[in-house]
Amino acid sequence: MDFGTFLVQCLNSVQYGLLLFLVASGLTLIFGIMGVINLAHGSFYMIGAYMAFALAPLFGDQFLLMLVAGVVLAAIFGYLLEWAFFSYLYQRDHLQQVLMTYGLILVFEELRSILVGNDVHGVKVPAWLDGSFALGSVMSYPWYRLFASAACIVLAVGLYWVVNRTRLGMMIRAGASNRDMVRGLGIDVKRLYRIVFAAGVALAALAGMIAAPMSSVYPNMGASVLIICFVLVVIGGIGSITGALLASLLVGFVDTFGKVFFADLSGIGIYLLMAIVLIWKPEGLMGRRS
Amino acid sequence: MTTLTPVRTARLALTAIAFAALATAAGAQGTAKLKVGLMLPYSGTYTALGVAIENGFKLYVDEQGGKLAGREIEYFKVDDESDPAKATDNVNKLIKRDNVDVIVGTVHSGVAMAMAKAAKESGTVLIVPNAGADAVTGPMCAPNIFRSSFSNWQPAYAMGEVAAKQQGKKKIMTITWKYAAGEESVNGFKEGFEKAGGKVDKQLTLPFPNVEFQALLTEIAAAKPDAVYAFFAGGGAVKFVKDYQAAGLNKTIPLYGPGFLTDGTLDAQGESAQGMLTTLHYADGLNTARDNAFRVGYAKAFKLQPDVYAVQGYDAAQMLGVGLNATKGDISKKAEFTSAIEKAKIDSPRGTFTMSKSHNPVQDIYLRKVEGKENKLVSIALKGLADPARGCRM
Repeated sequence: MDFGTFLVQCLNSVQYGLLLFLVASGLTLIFGIMGVINLAHGSFYMIGAYMAFALAPLFGDQFLLMLVAGVVLAAIFGYLLEWAFFSYLYQRDHLQQVLMTYGLILVFEELRSILVGNDVHGVKVPAWLDGSFALGSVMSYPWYRLFASAACIVLAVGLYWVVNRTRLGMMIRAGASNRDMVRGLGIDVKRLYRIVFAAGVALAALAGMIAAPMSSVYPNMGASVLIICFVLVVIGGIGSITGALLASLLVGFVDTFGKVFFADLSGIGIYLLMAIVLIWKPEGLMGRRS
Repeated sequence: MTTLTPVRTARLALTAIAFAALATAAGAQGTAKLKVGLMLPYSGTYTALGVAIENGFKLYVDEQGGKLAGREIEYFKVDDESDPAKATDNVNKLIKRDNVDVIVGTVHSGVAMAMAKAAKESGTVLIVPNAGADAVTGPMCAPNIFRSSFSNWQPAYAMGEVAAKQQGKKKIMTITWKYAAGEESVNGFKEGFEKAGGKVDKQLTLPFPNVEFQALLTEIAAAKPDAVYAFFAGGGAVKFVKDYQAAGLNKTIPLYGPGFLTDGTLDAQGESAQGMLTTLHYADGLNTARDNAFRVGYAKAFKLQPDVYAVQGYDAAQMLGVGLNATKGDISKKAEFTSAIEKAKIDSPRGTFTMSKSHNPVQDIYLRKVEGKENKLVSIALKGLADPARGCRM
């Protein structure tokens, strides 16, 4: 592998990792802070992708506007979902959470099947992002992938800022460490949770919308991303946004380079990584000891 | 008017009873319906394929007036969900519970393998209308197992020959999911390509059903082969072809594949698939009298355009019809039933085909080119190609 190819593969790794981060950050908020094992998180990613499929024709080249509209819709959806279902789950044990959120997967998949069918759909890349640019002598790199990476970086920075520098973020972080303490301080935990949950759904849906033109839209797309997300959350440390980012980039690299150099082992690469990290740091890279 | 004496009354009554008995006997023979078990995907990703196969099958039966060899058909349907884990239970529902005379199914190769095993053990006639697993007519072959579709080896081998002889390619990379159908396909391609003087440079794989291709596309771009042979189907096929174009590879490195790379996926692939060459046992625009009649009939009956899956379903019914005609509708005469199908020339919309010794179609493989939303016929890549049926002892 020459240096040019190596650089492009690095770019691929970062792009894939950042997209994973966008999905996993929502999960780490929901799973890490509220303690809900949310198996339906992958479905939010899928819903986002189908939303892009439905909205893209309406917005044409106004792709950014479409993303904003989609995020708002997803956040409202998440807010309602929390109110209707998830708010009852916090006090339940993990088995009940798994059962209910698994049930939601089935419901979402069935609804998708009824509403849009089981076909695979492509989503057009907006004209201003179409095409690719030459990258050394190796290959042309699609503009859209660069845009996806940039968008994810902006969001990652934004999320970092919200979590580490704002009052809301302080409450979220406090909630992750000690729920009762936060409640004791007179903070409306119910409302905080509802907002965090809506944000988590919006992030996953946004990732789905950004991924749609790259990965096309297909049934069960949520299932595969869900497993990777749980791996990410575990590697990064439960409840830590920074950890999720580190883990996402790490998994991006392992998966990309594993595919190229160890094709036969590429399926288990990320699990090996998880095993190694857990042996070294059982609480995850940035996890807190409880 | 004559009066009814007791004797006359008795005679009349007896005659009436005799007629009634005759009528019921005749009726009884007429109502002995042939039980056909359709085990197809009616839910999940392959739903459309299962429906097309069923439609094709029923179209042929309806063309014969709803009967094959004078016997009415009674259908028993099972949704196989394309789930190999449920396959044995599902096929046993048809064999043991419904007591079907013949099973038609399925799309998914893993499920078809379980069906072949059950058919082999029970002796029930099985006609596979899609699943291409080489083993079904290879190591698993049996006198009562037939296939109306293809083996994975067939279109792949033909594409290999075309790539080397016609397109003059020397060095090719292959890419597929690391699972049976993908491996059978790239192996078939390699065999055809290297026999004709080419060299398969590197074989890329990724786990099924992973669709993040970017890293492997970078590998292809760096290695600069003369062409790439890819096996993907469904969502993976759509995404691969689109990614290939987005990486700018289609301008310099042509992409080949079996027909599954572009069949039923052109709507979603759009611009990115244009001009691609693929091989399959069916193509759009065959424009034969047989195919045109079939297409009109299918469109009329189901308000849908037929595809390769509909053809395979239709031919499954034709094969069953041939066997039944030879035994006057009695499927229990196994030897005669089998030998009739073995000797038959099936008048398929795809073109006439015969059966190989291992019961797989010996058929023309077409070279097709994507134009708009059609896989247009270019030429016949290989005439009367038979699967090598390695491992079949029958």
